Amino acid sequence: MDAPRTIDFPHRHLLDIEGLSAQDISALLSLSETYVELSRRTEKKLSHLRGRTQINLFFETSTRTRTSFELAGKRLGADVINMSVEGSAIKKGETLIDTAMTLNAMQPDVMVVRHHDSGAVDLLAQKVQGSVINAGDGSHAHPTQALLDALTILRRRKTLAGLLVAICGDVLHSRVARSNILLFNTMGARVRVVAPPTLLPTAVERLGVEVHHDMRTGLKDADIVMMLRLQTERMQGSFVPSPREYFHFYGLDRQKLACAKDDALIMHPGPMNRGVEIDTDVADDIDRSVIREQVEMGVAVRMACLDALMRSNAAARAERAA
Amino acid sequence: MTKGARSGQRTAYINARLLDPANGLDEAGALLTDGAVIADIGPRLFAEGPPEDAAVVDCGGLCLSPGLIDMRVFLGEPGAEHKETIASGSQAAAAGGVTTIIATPDTDPVIDNPALVEFVIRQAQDTAAINVLPMASITKGCEGAEIAEMGMLAAAGAVAFTDGQRTIGDASVMRRALAYASTFDLLIDHHAEEPDLAGDGCMNDGEVATRLGLAGIPAAAETIIVERDLRLVELTGARYHAAGLSTAGAVAAIREAKKRGLWVTCAIAPHHFALNELGIGDYRTFAKISPPLRSENDRQAMVDALKDGTIDVISSAHTPEDTESKRQPFARAAYGTVGLETLLPVAMELYHRGHLTLLEVIGRLTARPADLLGLACGRLERGAPADLLTFDPDMPWRIDAEALRSKAKNSAFDGHPVQGRAIRTIVAGEQVYSAMDAA
Repeated sequence: MDAPRTIDFPHRHLLDIEGLSAQDISALLSLSETYVELSRRTEKKLSHLRGRTQINLFFETSTRTRTSFELAGKRLGADVINMSVEGSAIKKGETLIDTAMTLNAMQPDVMVVRHHDSGAVDLLAQKVQGSVINAGDGSHAHPTQALLDALTILRRRKTLAGLLVAICGDVLHSRVARSNILLFNTMGARVRVVAPPTLLPTAVERLGVEVHHDMRTGLKDADIVMMLRLQTERMQGSFVPSPREYFHFYGLDRQKLACAKDDALIMHPGPMNRGVEIDTDVADDIDRSVIREQVEMGVAVRMACLDALMRSNAAARAERAA
Repeated sequence: MTKGARSGQRTAYINARLLDPANGLDEAGALLTDGAVIADIGPRLFAEGPPEDAAVVDCGGLCLSPGLIDMRVFLGEPGAEHKETIASGSQAAAAGGVTTIIATPDTDPVIDNPALVEFVIRQAQDTAAINVLPMASITKGCEGAEIAEMGMLAAAGAVAFTDGQRTIGDASVMRRALAYASTFDLLIDHHAEEPDLAGDGCMNDGEVATRLGLAGIPAAAETIIVERDLRLVELTGARYHAAGLSTAGAVAAIREAKKRGLWVTCAIAPHHFALNELGIGDYRTFAKISPPLRSENDRQAMVDALKDGTIDVISSAHTPEDTESKRQPFARAAYGTVGLETLLPVAMELYHRGHLTLLEVIGRLTARPADLLGLACGRLERGAPADLLTFDPDMPWRIDAEALRSKAKNSAFDGHPVQGRAIRTIVAGEQVYSAMDAA
């Protein structure tokens, strides 16, 4: 790790999986691999990003994603500032551009932004000089989650190509599902979505997925079973009759899991609603569940993203100056 | 501002292509105005040269038609003068060849009592370059609950009734509103979007919304209200006009109702036949409009409905918004696009693409709305108001939002190449806009 690799990452921001090529994704994932090893050492700190400023700007509450980005930045030696705008008295929409301009004036090299509105991070990225990483916008995109899911799978499987991935549950409100569908399709995996129609967005099949409403057929022969959190906080009105009915038909338990391949991996982006979309027994199965490993991979992937963006941008700046 | 030329003040418009949809006239000729009215018109007029006492305007072979009548325009006055005033909106209209604006009542306060109708009329007389006629609300405060004083509002000068961008969700309120309006033979102009089904949707429901992670408004939200309203029209016998339709289902319902002999009409805004949902691109809030830009299939159905006459009127749905209301995450941004200055050139697309004749396009912008509203303008006839437009149907130009005269610059057509432009706008015999002066 002493002679850091650089990667060719021709993007100023990381806002979405859309727009990334298979090469871009592979490059980020292989850089991430190196950071997995680093994070398992006792001495975890590097100095690649020493002197760089990273601002984590969260308009929506988050513990794990924010912590993960914070650790990632610190392990690379960056100065990391956390700003949480959620819950402030000011109306959130109104402050977005102003907040962006204000923070931009402090010359951050990268801003990591989460917002409850789809497209809000794109809007903010148009107003700032540095790089922007989308840490989740509305129901639109969560690219680092998709990357960390891919990395988690790649540590257990040689390749993503040809795998059958079943994404189950609240696809309608899920930015994780959208980013994963894009990433897996780009990398040559087959994707299914499994949910009642009330939790599927209109024309979801047009994203290149097979649609199933029954867990047994949806999970049949799946290599990966990816459960999504039922996002009750985004629901206005009734999308499912009750958590109990939802668990009965769509919660992952031993019986339904038996339809998937014997060695199928169980994933969940967290935080889990145990007993709603996933049975505790299955979630904690150390042979099958990689849910905790996803969290670990999250730090490595975010290190790679920060590194790729800041160093490729620094290179671009140097080139322009020359 | 006192509008109009004095009686005896005569202007001869010569060397024009006369376009009068009301009389099916499309021929070279000339027109004479005397004061605020049309004194004479005809292909052979001034065969011996124009009268000596008249000022002469040589149209250079360009089209001379009635000035446009825009049936759906939101002006910010009263209450949102920072977005648009009656004065600024009227300047934008003049530059777009529009001589009569029908203003929506969803202002602040809502135009739901006779004093406010009179305020708009007076304000227009004092400050507007063109004719501004108010609509009043169907329900008090546009809240969809209690019927406004339609009889008195009409007596005060309201030319039609609408709740603006609001839909009356309660079918029994709508039934009573239609029944009551029929007493006085008033026109009900309704924005058709089922409010609960639209929910917190902010664009057309479908693949694009799914990719962008935005909540969608299904096409059925429009169709359901139009179909419901048509049933209520059958019950009540009212005069009903569906404002700015956007879906194949809704125009099919209107088409079928017309066949059954119901007195119903409908309008479309240019963005619904010229753009589709892809105009939103990566969260372009200028393309956030109500009803939303729809699928390409819907757009084509709108063109077909214009061709077969199902759609009677083209109106701009001019909705000025300030920068702050549009520079927001998509779901939070305000709805609407300005349209007064782009109405004519975008409508010309229908002619240039061979969907409609020039006379048919102009008819949907002049004679047809005049008929629905019972206005004397919108035709080239002796004694009719001298509200006129000369325009070049072919002139190519690129729409530049910053160059618009409207206070607001939120144009969904910013940057679009178009063909056709107003050259002179004349209200009551007096020129209120000239492209030559503007250039």
